[in-house]
Amino acid sequence: MKGSTSGCRFNCIVLLCGLVATPGFAASAENRIAPLNYFLHSYGPASTPTMHLGWGFAALLAIIFIIIALLLAVAVFHKRSVEEPRSMGREEQGVMWIYIGTGLSTCILLAMTIYMLITLNKIAKPMHAPALTLTVTGYDWWWKVEYENGDSSRRFVTANEIHIPVGQPVLIKLKSADVIHTFWVPVLAGKTQAIPGLTNQQWIEADVEGVYLGQCTQYCGLQHAHMGLEVVAQSEAEFRAWQDAQRKTAATVSAGDVNTGWKIFLDQCAGCHAVRGTEAKGAHGPDLTHLSSRRLLAGGLLTNTPDHLVQWITRTQELKPGARMPSMALTAAEISALSAFLSTLN
Amino acid sequence: MADVAQDTPNLNLTRVPEIGSATIGSTAEKHLAELWESAPGWRGWLSTVDHKTIGIRYLVTAFIFLLMGGVEALIMRVQLARPNQTLLTPEQYNQLFTMHGITMIFLYSLPVLSGFSNYLWPLMLGSRDMAFPRLNALSYWIFLFAGIFLYASFPLGEAPNAGWFNYVPFAELNYNTGPNIDVYALGMVLLGISTTVGSINFIVTLFRMRAPGMSIGRVPILVWGTLTASVANVFAVPSVSLAFFLLWLDRQMGTHFFDVINGGKPLLWQHLFWMFGHPWVYAVVLPAMGIVFDALPTFCRRPLVGYSAVALSTMATMLLGFGVWIHHMFATGLPTLALSFFGATSMVISIPSGVAVFAWIATIWLGRPVFNTPFLFFAGFVILFVIGGFSGVMVAAVPLDLQLNETYFIVAHLHYVLLGINVFPVVGGIYYWFPKFFGRMMNENLGKWSFWVMFIGFNLGFFPMHVAGLLGMPRRIYTYAPHMG
Repeated sequence: MKGSTSGCRFNCIVLLCGLVATPGFAASAENRIAPLNYFLHSYGPASTPTMHLGWGFAALLAIIFIIIALLLAVAVFHKRSVEEPRSMGREEQGVMWIYIGTGLSTCILLAMTIYMLITLNKIAKPMHAPALTLTVTGYDWWWKVEYENGDSSRRFVTANEIHIPVGQPVLIKLKSADVIHTFWVPVLAGKTQAIPGLTNQQWIEADVEGVYLGQCTQYCGLQHAHMGLEVVAQSEAEFRAWQDAQRKTAATVSAGDVNTGWKIFLDQCAGCHAVRGTEAKGAHGPDLTHLSSRRLLAGGLLTNTPDHLVQWITRTQELKPGARMPSMALTAAEISALSAFLSTLN
Repeated sequence: MADVAQDTPNLNLTRVPEIGSATIGSTAEKHLAELWESAPGWRGWLSTVDHKTIGIRYLVTAFIFLLMGGVEALIMRVQLARPNQTLLTPEQYNQLFTMHGITMIFLYSLPVLSGFSNYLWPLMLGSRDMAFPRLNALSYWIFLFAGIFLYASFPLGEAPNAGWFNYVPFAELNYNTGPNIDVYALGMVLLGISTTVGSINFIVTLFRMRAPGMSIGRVPILVWGTLTASVANVFAVPSVSLAFFLLWLDRQMGTHFFDVINGGKPLLWQHLFWMFGHPWVYAVVLPAMGIVFDALPTFCRRPLVGYSAVALSTMATMLLGFGVWIHHMFATGLPTLALSFFGATSMVISIPSGVAVFAWIATIWLGRPVFNTPFLFFAGFVILFVIGGFSGVMVAAVPLDLQLNETYFIVAHLHYVLLGINVFPVVGGIYYWFPKFFGRMMNENLGKWSFWVMFIGFNLGFFPMHVAGLLGMPRRIYTYAPHMG
């Protein structure tokens, strides 16, 4: 991506050149280039009717636009009779234009409205009861994801990465911890605001396995730009395995370096971050119990590699200016110890 | 005042205007001249209440703000020209897009139309001046002061930064501690006073000061447009003034109107803002459409087709315009039934616009057009009007809006509506009325050049944003990563 001069051309140029995105972000073969492209791609019953509605409307309106543009062109350029060059039309003349034109457009609009209402009805509710209920809470500038369970030991919390079983509707309860955010995973469903003081609902369902990108779309402050999320749709078996792994509390490893790292973590990080099964119970930042299992860091800003993790911890304010986490001033030895500890969180 | 001539052609129900006359050289004439003439020198310059002077001031001030908003847009585009660019900090970018919106929507688009209306109303209606000339001057000075007040926050680095629709709780003190939002709130309360006073002035002038014979069926469409816009403003502006005043109380006096923790409702802000916001978008286009309705027939050398239908459609747009504000809030989790109603009204509101389009096409078709600069602007405007209207139908459809909302499709749509339906008629109107304003014609060649540069440039710049939005590009993002496509 070089040399594009505006945000909009940005998109088109990428499309035209067919550039392939960073492999870590490849959602699925088709939507790798524009991961939020909901107009051409849909992977679930909550967004497919909308995509078809979009095609229908766009095509119909494009045709009508061409007709009107032609009418205008003919109106401007058609040959006038030379016999009465000085006559000025009467005021009432031509009113039929308005009656016929408006009558036709009214009929078309009514038909479109009915089509719109049918589509709205289709996407309002899933076909059968949701298999899974999640609570997603928007924070400045990341997403907390809670997998509820009647048995509190089976309940777990993660961040920015939502795993769902493929082919099943999933109900998402949307909340906000601070300002208004909007949950949007375009190839799976339309958007819904997360409003403080309210619990909104949104359902998603993926037809195919894959990783689907989402983004906060309600401007929410300095780092609104970096408030992404991912939905990972997996087969039932894979999803169960993932869920079981997430339910486990952190394993205790007591090698020397890891232990030093754990002390640094308790001292510097545990005020905001939790690691289940330990004394670290901070609730302001993402739960880090299974940090290494996640694909992305920092609300989708970085891929989760050991190198990026170190950069994120030490250069937070440079990479995501305004983020609630400070850049940590640590010595090289402390960093390697902390990394060693964090790498055990899998 | 000497003899009062009364003219009562229809005997009964019509209002009888009071027309006085004073013979030249009489004391009455001198007294009147003293009252009406602006005093010489700088005092007169400051204290003038002449509607023409005020009209020109509105136009010039609005154009200066237009230029400033344009510069802000250019800076933002340079920031977005490359992925991960760091020309601007996120905070600077946020202030820029907020001020760009505020400038274009509040400091340019309505004031520029007030400029036309101030200058032209008394001439079109045959009245001596506006009904309340001093109020008229007040309205202008408050507008200017509010504009300067808002812009004074820029050099301090504390300009409004929560977007022009300024959602709470982000705009509340907990999340936005600087004076940024207080500046916006007070600026909006001031602008609200200016707009309300100006609107009342237009309404009273129309109803009380028309020349005899200027029946309601003969007033130019520009007057219809400004009248409906003014009536709408009188109803809509209190909503936004109240919202900003409550927000200011929350921030400065510790009230809890929008504060969730103490039982406030963030959604209340969205309702109050858009109950004003949606009628407002019609208030900034109806008078501009009026310019086209009045000036286009001149270049087609025939009267407008369907005057009554057009006047009625203007009113209908405004009435329906009060019932569609929820379409800015489709994603707030409302019940499907409510979404259906507001989605349907939002689509139906384009029917009156259809009347307008067919009236323009029929007028051109049945006329003998001359291709002067204003004609080019008006014909180009019809194209942009249709594109903006059609993208409006797309976003009115609830399921589609849930995808399109807050993407670049909205950016494209609102620029087609505001640039297409406001700026193009305004520039065409300037070319058309320039001789009346300043006593000389503008250069025809430069005019044609300016039209083609604007028309092609605008479409090249903004049409692709529809595509970007459909491909999922979110708006209000200070920098995009390369992999986002």
